Order: sequence, then structure tokens, then C-alpha cells
Amino acid sequence: MAKKEYAFYPGCSSQRGASASNYLTSVNAMCKTLDVKITEIPDWNCCSASIGYAEGGELPRHVLNARNFALAEKHMPGQDIVATCAACWLGARESKERLEHSSVLLQDTQEALKEAGLNIKAIPEVRHMVEVLIEDLGWNALAAPVKNPLEGLKFAGYVGCQTNRPFGISGENFENPMYLDKLIETVGGEAVPYDQKVTCCGGALAFSEPDKAQAQIKDIVESAYDHGAEMIVTPCPLCQANVEIYQGHINKKYGTKFRIPVLYYSQLMTVAYGGSAKEAGLDGQVIKAPKLEAIAGKK
Amino acid sequence: MSAEKKVAAYICKGCGLGERLDADALVNVAQKEGKVQLARSHDFLCSEEGVDLIKSDIANEGVTHIMIGACSRRAKTEAFYFPQNAVARANLREGVIWIRPDTEEARETTQEMAADYIRMGCAEIKAMSAPAGNPNTGSSRTLLVVGGGVSGMTAALEASRTGYPVVLVEKSGQLGGWAAKLWRRIPVHEPFKAPADTGVADMVAQIQADPNIKVYLNATVAKTDGAPGRFEVQIATESGSVATEDIGAIIQATGAEPYDANKLPELGYGKSPDVVDQAGLEALARAANGGPMLKPSNGKPVKSVAFVQCAGQRDAGGQHLSYCSGYCCNASIKQAMYFKDGNPDVDTTILFTDLRTPGNGEDFYRSAQEKGVIFSKGKVASVSPGADALTVNFHDLILDDKDARLEVDLVVLATGQVPNSGVDIEAPNKPQVEGGAADAATVEAKPISILNLQYRQGPDVPQLKWGFTDSHFICFPYETRRTGIYTVGPVRRPMDMAQAREDATGATLKAIQAIENAQLGRAAHPRSGDLSFPKVRLEGCTQCKRCTVECPFGAIDEDERRFPLFNESRCRRCGTCMGACPVRVISFENYSVDTVGSQIKAVDIPDEFSEKPRILILACENDAYPALDMAGMQHNEYSAFVRIIPVRCLGSVNTIWITDALNAGYDGVMLMGCKHGENYQCHFVKGSELGRYRLSKIDDTLKNLNLETDRVRDLEVAIADIEHVPAMINQYAERIVEIGMSPFKSF
Amino acid sequence: MSANAQMATKYKNNFLKEVEEQVEMGEWVKMCMQCGVCSGSCPTNFHPGWEHPPQEIFMMIRAGKREEVLTSPSMWMCTSCYNCIVRCPRKLPITHIMHGLANYAHRLGVAPKMQPTRSFAKLFWNNCVKTGRVNELKLSVGLYFKDGLSQGIRNGMAMKDVALGLLKAKRLNPFELFGGHKCKDQNGIHAMLKKARELEEKRKALKAAA
Repeated sequence: MAKKEYAFYPGCSSQRGASASNYLTSVNAMCKTLDVKITEIPDWNCCSASIGYAEGGELPRHVLNARNFALAEKHMPGQDIVATCAACWLGARESKERLEHSSVLLQDTQEALKEAGLNIKAIPEVRHMVEVLIEDLGWNALAAPVKNPLEGLKFAGYVGCQTNRPFGISGENFENPMYLDKLIETVGGEAVPYDQKVTCCGGALAFSEPDKAQAQIKDIVESAYDHGAEMIVTPCPLCQANVEIYQGHINKKYGTKFRIPVLYYSQLMTVAYGGSAKEAGLDGQVIKAPKLEAIAGKK
Repeated sequence: MSAEKKVAAYICKGCGLGERLDADALVNVAQKEGKVQLARSHDFLCSEEGVDLIKSDIANEGVTHIMIGACSRRAKTEAFYFPQNAVARANLREGVIWIRPDTEEARETTQEMAADYIRMGCAEIKAMSAPAGNPNTGSSRTLLVVGGGVSGMTAALEASRTGYPVVLVEKSGQLGGWAAKLWRRIPVHEPFKAPADTGVADMVAQIQADPNIKVYLNATVAKTDGAPGRFEVQIATESGSVATEDIGAIIQATGAEPYDANKLPELGYGKSPDVVDQAGLEALARAANGGPMLKPSNGKPVKSVAFVQCAGQRDAGGQHLSYCSGYCCNASIKQAMYFKDGNPDVDTTILFTDLRTPGNGEDFYRSAQEKGVIFSKGKVASVSPGADALTVNFHDLILDDKDARLEVDLVVLATGQVPNSGVDIEAPNKPQVEGGAADAATVEAKPISILNLQYRQGPDVPQLKWGFTDSHFICFPYETRRTGIYTVGPVRRPMDMAQAREDATGATLKAIQAIENAQLGRAAHPRSGDLSFPKVRLEGCTQCKRCTVECPFGAIDEDERRFPLFNESRCRRCGTCMGACPVRVISFENYSVDTVGSQIKAVDIPDEFSEKPRILILACENDAYPALDMAGMQHNEYSAFVRIIPVRCLGSVNTIWITDALNAGYDGVMLMGCKHGENYQCHFVKGSELGRYRLSKIDDTLKNLNLETDRVRDLEVAIADIEHVPAMINQYAERIVEIGMSPFKSF
Repeated sequence: MSANAQMATKYKNNFLKEVEEQVEMGEWVKMCMQCGVCSGSCPTNFHPGWEHPPQEIFMMIRAGKREEVLTSPSMWMCTSCYNCIVRCPRKLPITHIMHGLANYAHRLGVAPKMQPTRSFAKLFWNNCVKTGRVNELKLSVGLYFKDGLSQGIRNGMAMKDVALGLLKAKRLNPFELFGGHKCKDQNGIHAMLKKARELEEKRKALKAAA
């Protein structure tokens, strides 16, 4: 029997061959070490992300999330939903809040869900994986399995937007959340202070307005670099992708020479817990992280 | 008090004094140099045993004058309380051991410092006598309230409930003031969402039912004579009869008028009956009595209304009021609700540049937004009346649209408050204009005095700014410069009803204190409880009038022979008269030219080759001296060359002290007083200003003595300057070393 | 009459009321106190072409500037960073209001035609609801080719290095183009969303008719 069990909502980007597939790889390894059992919600669907507003409108957006609630409740009654993607977590949590707040919205949602043969009785709690780690397991439990501390490595903890605003991690400050720095320190790394910790990476505008988004990404990478970070760490798949994969374009445009690996907290933890580079999904880096690979799998 | 003067000195060895100082040597100094009849040391003087020792000496040894060499005069005041005796304190703890390093090298200078303070204490005590209290007391416990609006009614009811009889004078035929003309008031209770009943009718009923409150309607104050506790007030009624009342203290609650909207023709006032001020809108609302509001021009229901905030206010151009009246944003929000609560379809727009909603106005503001009142950030340029509607032309400050316009049925101008403060006694020759407008065409008739005070300084309370009455604005808002007279409500500063009620309640308590103090012959704020009062040796007086002119509190009139006539109950005991007197005939029993002068002379001045300069510091006891004490508590060290004497106020500093000090061979003199001028912090309002004015003349004296101007330095000190003051002292001490020793030492 | 003209007529140019009833979270617009913290907090506020920050949009709504608001590209600049929401002293859900306004303008067909985020948002929604899950490759390809074939190839070439990097890292699967991840109950999802849209439209129409 696992220490903790959750209804897992991996989200589209974490699927095999998708942009955050290495996130899922490392989350699986991390959860195994921490004895956390995550069971995928059967036939879960996309949350429609924050960009879903324009075409989706209000009710269809909530109905999409409500379908996942209904499925989780049906197949894994009593379990909290845990998401690894910031947008999935935000979208689902927002829908839960709205549906619980408005009886009209809930009534319409139930009527729509009927079309898919589903209904909602009670909406499960919607948690981000980081919340599970901090609140349900606690810092001591996260520190206990550390075998290969990431000593001497300097990370910029890039929290970004959607695990920070509007909900955020309980007890944290929107302007300067500390949990990611604390996670870095828990696995033996050094968290450098820098001033773009919660700056937006441009989100979906990285696709539609690349110039605008890349200007923001440049500020983030530059600040991390200037403050001595060797790597950037984030809890959000879109942050990870945007900050990592456009560095080449930014270098071309601004004449910079950035090549900073961008990782997930779960990759750091997997490596520190003694996992291999493969278990930590380090093969999924577009910009390789040799310093982390060197520690990975050390006996 | 016994006729025989017997002085005793006590040196405390507690709090580390015994370890840091040679107490026996200090006892010796008191005996040999201070020439006291009795000198003792004690391990713990403020203990019961130590205090008993002093009491026993008073009872058995006939000691009349007590010099305590221990902690600051601001500490252990309860233990060292001997009301029948003169008491002086030498500050060896905060003033010596706590501000000096505990090192072997410092021991000598520290001991010298302590010895000087003992010499000074012994000199001071011999020049003092125990104050006997002002014999010219008054015993009236009645409170006069001038003005029957919300402020005045609140004061009357609060005083009556506390057990003091009240005489209430109202110039109109009914109580209630402006508040009685309102339809509803700004809410003061949860949830702050809707206009509330004014509560005026209830207050009026309470006053009428109160046998302790005597109301004069259609009446004015024809004459106010006397002093706190014994004011004699003549009340003239419209019928011509004059009543005389014995009064203990006075509350002036004469309120304010709306700024005259006739001065705003560009905003359409006077050009269309559909442009009203806030008072005009209240009248419309009362006429509507809960029904739809009607346009004055044609009697049709108003479908759209615009409120113009800051109309004739916050005007940097000098034409209108320069200040914010503070209440009008909430008032417009309330009035907008008159429309929205009756009919949500009435378009109501509030045009503001900065919305200011004090108190719980933020909730009220939010409630108005929820009700659909539109708030637009815009500066209104003009209101033009058209055939059927008014056009409000404004600059939309968010969209930066200079030609924004709004068509409405009714325009309300939020014009603000102008105080009814009577005669501006400090500018008797200046045209008396409300709100500071300078345009000669708008000069109004000279205001009629409200209190008709029979004071040398003039018939009304002094004004502070923009015609609002005096108030110690920063620290003691109810205190005017007329002891026992308190101004409350919008005559003091612009305010709404909730603030006025709080103001009136607070001031009433102060007035009651003044009544009680006057009965006991004691000072009121800030030396409350002080039994000393100025005494004048008339045979030496040259009738120069400096004391009568300079007294910040109007305490000194002139008698028929043109000698100063002190009204002790009006006096705040600041000593400004004493500082002013060129022939030095004014003194207090426990504070005089002699008590300070003898201390200055008592200091042992080392010769010019000693490398030990001496710097005299005269420090204001209200801010500078506490700051120095606190610097001691923090162990912020400063030079051992200084000798500090507390003064009641910079205003009490007589220049003879400085001349004497320089002649005696002091190398420098530092004066520490409160900020003066605008935003003054002087407890006596004008004291530090007058003191500094006199000191500005000291340069001539220095020149005559052929001394550097740096030998005298004036420093502005606030009570919080705990770190700053020691640093300033040390800098000055260094400067003095640079200049070199005074050439007067050998004389 | 166009949907846009119909709504304008129905609300007799009371645009604030229209926004309150037809736009998600529109009832909050009146609560803005014009402090401007949202404008100062927006990460896009230094970009050219950013016409109106939220503070101005709210003021324009109150001033009845219907056309200017609905055709503005400003709402489409939102990156959904939620900075304005957490900083608003009046707790206005500004991000959602911006989304709601964009959605409304889009629904009425008056949003700027060539607005890239508008196109992407439509693409994204259609992509994700088709199978219930996002197909990242089709999404990207769709985005590149939105302005025609030749522009699409150019766009694709420009992004070649990015795609190659992802491909090498096994974070892009070329076979996604021929199917890819999907939900089992696609029919249920489609029926459910159809119903949701119907219900939403019904509610909004009811409000407009009242």
C-alpha cells in the first residue's frame, strides 16, 4: 500500500512524444521513490488551457474540466486530483471554484455532462504535484531520500505564472514565492536570487506573437545568467518549453550566447534521489544538462 | 513651608552609579562647593528606604530644599515626589554614565561631568522655591458651547453626561446646523452601504430633554472676559436681552459654510437652476421626500445627473480654495445613491480627479459602484446650459480625451467647506477673505467676531491656515493658543459628521481637564499639573510690552497703568515672557533667570591649556531633553565636554544666559529646540520661533566679544532624534576643538 | 442584421450593461477604481501596438466606446499571467474580463481579423476538442499554414531548428500527424460541448431579451 494515492491528470503535453514527456518520466521516478501512487484518470481530456477562452467561451471550458472531475470521482472516489501541468491545474481548479460558486453554472454543466453519460456529485480537490510534495509529504520526507545531493550546482528557480497566480501555493507570496528555491536547497543545490522569478514567459503568445514572447524569455534567461545560475528549474511545462527551445532564436536576434539547460523540479529530485539520467528524463533536454548528468546514477 | 531654608543633597549609587563614579567625592563637591547643609549618598535612593531617608530629613532635620543626584528628572518622578519642597535633579545616569564609555581613560572626564552636574544642581536648588500654586483660581464648572450643530450638540451632550453643566449658544433659531438640512448622512455603521438617517432630530431631542444643558437660540457671544475657570460670558439674544454666564471652559463649534458656488460661473452655477451645489441637492432631496428628484427648471424627474468633484477646491491657481475639504467625495457618493436607490435607471456619473473616501468610505464607494454609479476620472472644464440639458465638458484623464462631454439633466458641484472662524487676529489689517482668495473684487465684509474675547491679542482664537482656527495640528489637535478654549469640528479643519462627533468628544474631555486644572491653580497642557506661574517684579518693569506681545497664549493683558497683567489660568508656563523680558523681572518659583544662570556659573571651567572645552547645551524639555535621555538609554555616547540644562521652551531662553556663558569662558553654546514655522512641533506653538528670532540677534553680541559665530549653534531636534543628536553634539565638539578654546577663560 | 448590430440595438448603446450581461465576469467592470496597477503590472505593456491597458478598456466601456473596445487588439495581448488579478486592489478578475471581452468580440465577429492570437486560440480549441487531447504537431503545423502554403513553409523553415531539437529529445513525434493521442469517448465529448454551447447561448440570449 502506497503512502499516498491520487487521481492523476497528466495533461496533453506530458504524453509520450509530446513536449513535456520528460516531465512525466521524472515525475514517475520521483513518485516511486517517495512512495506516492498516481493513477491516471481513465480517458481524461484536455483542460483547454487558458488560451481556450476565445473560441471555447465559458461553459464549454468548464464542462471540459467537469468531465475529468466526473471521471475521477467515478473511478477513483475520494482521491484528490493531482496535475503536473500548471495550466491543467489552474484550468481545473478555476472550473471547480466557479462551479461550486454558481448553481446556474453547475446545473448547465450537469446537463451537458449528461450527453456524455456522466454527472458530478462532489468535485474532488484539484492539486498541483508541488502541493502534494510540500503539503502532504512535507520537507523532511522530501529531504530523506536524497543520496546524491546536487552540491555546488547553482539553479535559478523559475516559478513563472500559473503555479503562482492567481491561486499559488498556500502561504507563498505572489511577488516572491520561495517554495521552488526551498526545493532546490532540499536536494542540495543552491538557489540563486534573481529578479525574474515570476515573470511571464509569454505563454501561448510564444506561438502567436513569438517576437513579444521572446523578448520576455530573454529577460528571464538573461537575469538567471547574470545572477550566476547554471541551470533554470521550473514547475510548468510551457515555461520549460518556452524558456528552453527559443534560446537559439533569441541568440540570433539579440546576439546573445545563451545555452542554459531548463529542467523540471522533478528531474532534480530524481537525480538527487539516486535515479539515472534516463529515469530523470535528462535525455529529453533540448539543451543538455551535463552537470546534472554527471551526478545522475552516481553510486 | 518653614521660613528657614535648609538644602540637602543626595547622591544615589544605584544603577551602576556607585561603580562608575566616586560617590564620596561627589558628596564632597556638594558640601564644599555646592555648600549644602546636608549631603548624603545612598545605595538605592529611589527604593522605599532611600525615599524614607529623604522624608525623615524633611521631618527631622528641617530640610526644605532637595537636590537629588541620580537619574534624569524625567525618571522616578513618583518616588521623588515631595510637593511641599523645592526639588532639583542632577542627571548622573542618563546624562553621564550612560552616554560615556566605561573605560579607564574616560573615568576622569566622566567624573568631572558628574561633579559639574552636582555643582549645577546645588546652584539651581538654592535659587528655587517650591511653587505654591496660582491663587487666582476660578470655580465655574460650566462648559460654554458656541454653535448648535452636530459638533456643538455632541460636545454639550458629552459634557452633560460626564456631569458638567452646559450653556449652548446657537445663532440661528434652531439646533442642528448644516446636518439638519441634510436628507440623509454618510453611513457610520456596518455595512456602510446606504445613506443613513442623520440622527439630528434625536440629538436635538436629547438636548431639549437635558436639564443640565441651557440653550440660547438666536443668540451670540457678546463678550468673553476672564480666564479658564472664571470666564465671564455675555450672551446677547436677538430680542436684545443680554445674559451673563459664569463659565469654566469654552468649546467653539462654529462649523463651516459651503464655498460660494456663485464664484463658479464657468461650471454653470447661476446660469441654470439645474446646476446646484451639494447643499442645493440636499434641499432637492428633502423636497422629493423619497420620491423622484425633480429638475428645478421644469419640475420633470431627473434622468441623468453628473457630480463635479473639487469644484472650486484644490485650486493651484489661487482663485478658489487651495485645499481638499475631505468630506465631499463621500457626500457625492451618498447623493448619487439618492438617485440610484430610487430609480436604478437614472444615469449618475461622478467626475473626479482623485477620489478620497476617508473613514469607511471605501466600502461606501464600492457600494455605489455596485449600484451602478459611474465614476470617471476627469477634470471638468465647463458646464454649458442648453435648451433641454446641460453639457459637461471635461478632460478624460484616463483616455486623455480633452473633449469628453456628458449630457445631463442636473449638475451637482462639490464645493467644499469654508470655516466660520471669526476675525483673523493675526492679520487685522489684511482684507478678510475666505479661502485665501486674493481677488479684490471678491473681498467680503470683515467677519464678525465669534467669541469677542477681551484679550489684548484680539477677539478670536488665532487661525492656523486657510482661515481654519488654531490647533496644535501635529501633536495636540484640540489645543488652541487660548487656554481653556477648544475649537472643534469643521471650524478647525474640513471634516464630515463622523469626524466632527469624534472631534467634539475629544475636545470636551480636554475642556473638562482645563476646568479641573483651573480650579486647582494648575497648568493645563503641556505642563499639566505644574503649580508654578510667572511672577513679575513690577518695580523693575519698563513697560516695554514684549511679554504682552509675545505671549503665545494671550495670557498677559495690560492694566490701566500699562503694566503687564498676568492671567495665570490662561498661562501655559512656557516662560516665553521670561525669555523676552529685557530687564529680567519675570520668573517662576522653580524656573527663573537665576535658576538657570546660577547653574551656568556653577560649572568648573578648566583653563585654556587643559584641552577640555566646555559646551553649554540649553535643551527643550519637551523634545530635545527626552531625546537626550533616550540616547542615554540606548547608550549612544557623546562628548564629555557638554553640560546640559533643560529649558521649558526655546522661547524661555533669555539671551543673558548665553552672554554669561561666553563671558564665563564656555567655548560653545548649543540650543536645542523644536521645529518652528509651518508644521511646527513646538509645544508652545510660537515659543521656539520667538526664541530663534531672539537668538538671531546674538551674532552682534558675538562680534562685540570678538568671538566666532560658531560659538553659538542652534539645532532643531525632534523627540525621535535619538541617534542624530549625539552625532550632532560630537560634531559640534570637534568643531569647537578646531576653532580653539575661548579667550575668555582667564578672565 | 449582423450579430454585432443586433446586440448594439438590443442594448441601446448601453455598452456597460451589455458587457455586464454578455461578457464573462463583465459585471466587475463597474468596480474598477482607475488606479492603473493592472496596466503597470502587465508584462506586455512595453510592446508596440498595445493600444489600451485594462484600466483604459474599463474606462472606455463606461464611456460607451463600444466599437473601439470590441475591435481593439489589446485584449488579445493577454498572456494569461494573472499578474493583474493578484495585484488589483479591488480584486477584479481582470485576466478573465480580458478573456471574456476577447471571446465576445470574437463571437460577434468584430475582433481584428488578422490578430494572430485570435487565430491561434481558435486553432487550439478546435485541435483539442477534436480528439479530446491536444495534438501539438498538428497545432504547430496549423499555425504555420494559417496564412497560406508558401508562408507556412517559410514559417516551418524558421522553426526547423526548434522542431529538430524537440525531435531529437523525443518531445515531438512526427507520427502525430497521422492520428496521435486521443480520447476514447470522442462522441460523448462532442455531444457534451455542443450542448454546453447551446445552453450558454440560450442564457445570453435570455439576458439580452430581458
